[in-house]
Amino acid sequence: MLIDPQFLYRRKTALESSAAESPALVQEFVVANRLGIHARVAAQIVRVAGRFESEILITKCGIAVSGKSILDLMTLICPHGSKILISAKGPDAAEALNALAALFQAKFGEP
Amino acid sequence: MNDHSSLTIKGIGAAPGIAIGKAYLLERGRIHVPRYRLSGDAAVADECRRFEEAVAKAESDLEAIKKSIRSEFREHARLLEVQLMILRDPAIYDESLRYIKKERSNAELAVIKSLRKARELFSGLNDEYARSRIADVNAAGDRVIRILAGQSHANLGDIRERAIIIAHDLSPADAIQLQVGRTLGIVTEIGGSTSHTSIVARSLSIPAVVGAEAAARLISMGDILIVDGGTGTIIINPSERDLRFYYERQEELEAYVKQITRHAHLPAETRDGHRVGAEANIEVVEEVVAAKDNGAEAIGLYRTEFFFMNRVEFPDEEALYRDYRDLSELMAPCPVTIRTLDLGAEKLTSWFPRLEETNPALGLRSIRLCLHYKELFKNQLRAILRASAIAGNIRLMLPMVSGVGEIFQTKRILKEVQTELSRKRIPFDQNMPFGAMIEVPSAVAVADLLAPEVDFFSIGTNDLIQYTIGIDRSNEHVAYLYEPLHPGVLRFIKQAVDAGHEAGIPVALCGEMAGEPMYVPILLGLKIDSFSMNPVSLPRVKNLIRRSSMKECCRFANKVLRMRTAQEVNQSVRKMVMRKFPEEFRVFEPNHHGNAAVPAQQPVGTQK
Repeated sequence: MLIDPQFLYRRKTALESSAAESPALVQEFVVANRLGIHARVAAQIVRVAGRFESEILITKCGIAVSGKSILDLMTLICPHGSKILISAKGPDAAEALNALAALFQAKFGEP
Repeated sequence: MNDHSSLTIKGIGAAPGIAIGKAYLLERGRIHVPRYRLSGDAAVADECRRFEEAVAKAESDLEAIKKSIRSEFREHARLLEVQLMILRDPAIYDESLRYIKKERSNAELAVIKSLRKARELFSGLNDEYARSRIADVNAAGDRVIRILAGQSHANLGDIRERAIIIAHDLSPADAIQLQVGRTLGIVTEIGGSTSHTSIVARSLSIPAVVGAEAAARLISMGDILIVDGGTGTIIINPSERDLRFYYERQEELEAYVKQITRHAHLPAETRDGHRVGAEANIEVVEEVVAAKDNGAEAIGLYRTEFFFMNRVEFPDEEALYRDYRDLSELMAPCPVTIRTLDLGAEKLTSWFPRLEETNPALGLRSIRLCLHYKELFKNQLRAILRASAIAGNIRLMLPMVSGVGEIFQTKRILKEVQTELSRKRIPFDQNMPFGAMIEVPSAVAVADLLAPEVDFFSIGTNDLIQYTIGIDRSNEHVAYLYEPLHPGVLRFIKQAVDAGHEAGIPVALCGEMAGEPMYVPILLGLKIDSFSMNPVSLPRVKNLIRRSSMKECCRFANKVLRMRTAQEVNQSVRKMVMRKFPEEFRVFEPNHHGNAAVPAQQPVGTQK
């Protein structure tokens, strides 16, 4: 996939800034619904992620974005079958990851 | 513009009828946005508060719209949710606040800057669906800027008095908010007679003119307008004389329409006893009511795309089945012609792989696309077949057939689906008629080979005209060449009809031509068996068919087929209609008698 270098740069800085600190909980997910993470699914993820205090990063192919930003998720482009890493760091990291895992397992309520 | 001079502009008549009233400008993207630098920390703090309040207001506005959305457009409500979320996204919200604090930009400018950055982010994406979502970002940002600039966002739902809506374009999100009772007419700057706005306007019987370039610039809020959706004429600040003239026409038109609608249920049979079919083209099941009220004897074309495009995800078989079943039940025992998915890859939404096509009109679309993505096709065929068992009134129709090979391929797939259903003991109509649309020149050339393989033809003139003349009518540079009465088109229609009749199958016509009263004599003369059109055109067309004589029409068609240019044909057709049905002109094209010199037919093809 072709990615604008500027775009990549922005993501990298997001990743590095957080990687420097304490370790985060990380889990791998596969986007299982047929349509992938489209706008509405992104909205679902953001809604769940937004309930937690922890910092939540979603990484695909080395590009990390905030799980609390719909624009980030909409521009990450995760079609069906994409492998993504979700990392959560903060006081409620475990709960956040569990809640997101439930969302992914339910395939966002889609086929 | 001064108040006393009236101005006439021309667009494309998209939905017939005359609207007289005040203009309501639904202007977007052209507001004056103040840009300045803040001085002092207090000003910055105030500006941050002003920004936060504007976002909160935008949110409550969006929530209110969400609540008011009609139930059939629930999917759009979900998209509004995305907009709501964008308002609070760090890349917009935090970023705007940062511009206010760090660069001391005023709030409007701060939002513009953060939007610009977001736009860059999107424009770098190589996924077209994802790239297109920038529209959501723009819409959300636009709303905030308007609130900040003290201009309430023009919500169609907010219009409190009856008005004529003027807009650059109406998005589906706008269209769902149209208040039928308060919308006298619609004028848009872009679009053609098959664009979304036109379809919505016609289905709601709201007079509309589309493609009226510069309308939003020439028309001011509150201007008195006359909009003639039949001829595409818009008169801004009309004179007393114009007003009197159009009020009379409006009354006459309403009386006339009422009268012919009363007789719409009568069969479409010529004076000399030649019976043809009068059918409706519809897009959503709800239109069945309008179809029946206007005297449709069948659904000649059910466009299934709307159902695919209007949702964010791939429609599952169950949903399609329910849709087709409802339609079948509502129309039974009258036939319902379901056209399989007729879309280019570019129109399919999120759930579809993107293709790089330089020329999508000649690309992987319609039946080709379906044959390529067999599972997608099978999904729809299964839904159609299952629905066919209910009342046995469903006909299957393939779009954009270019040759016999596609018919064979489709039949093979259909057979597979049928076998599968039989194995599961799911009933379906074994004898479901199977037809081909004729809309590609090669299909006309091999019409004699196609005819024995199918149960009916339906000529899709909109595409046939474009592919035959080789023009894209939404391309303003060549739109003048869009000539339905081009001798090449007429010959193709005749050839297809003759080939069909030779093989003993009926030939319908489901393009816009079928709904154009002016074309009734020529199409009858070309021996079209069935006219399928948008429901509101039915009463007019049926009325003219009933008043025609088949013998005369055949003679007329023979004469016209020998003509050499579209202009010649056009003139002759108009003369014929004017002589035989003078009231059609008096009522629907009042200008023809009166003031301004208005070009005859909507696609203006005046050059030699």
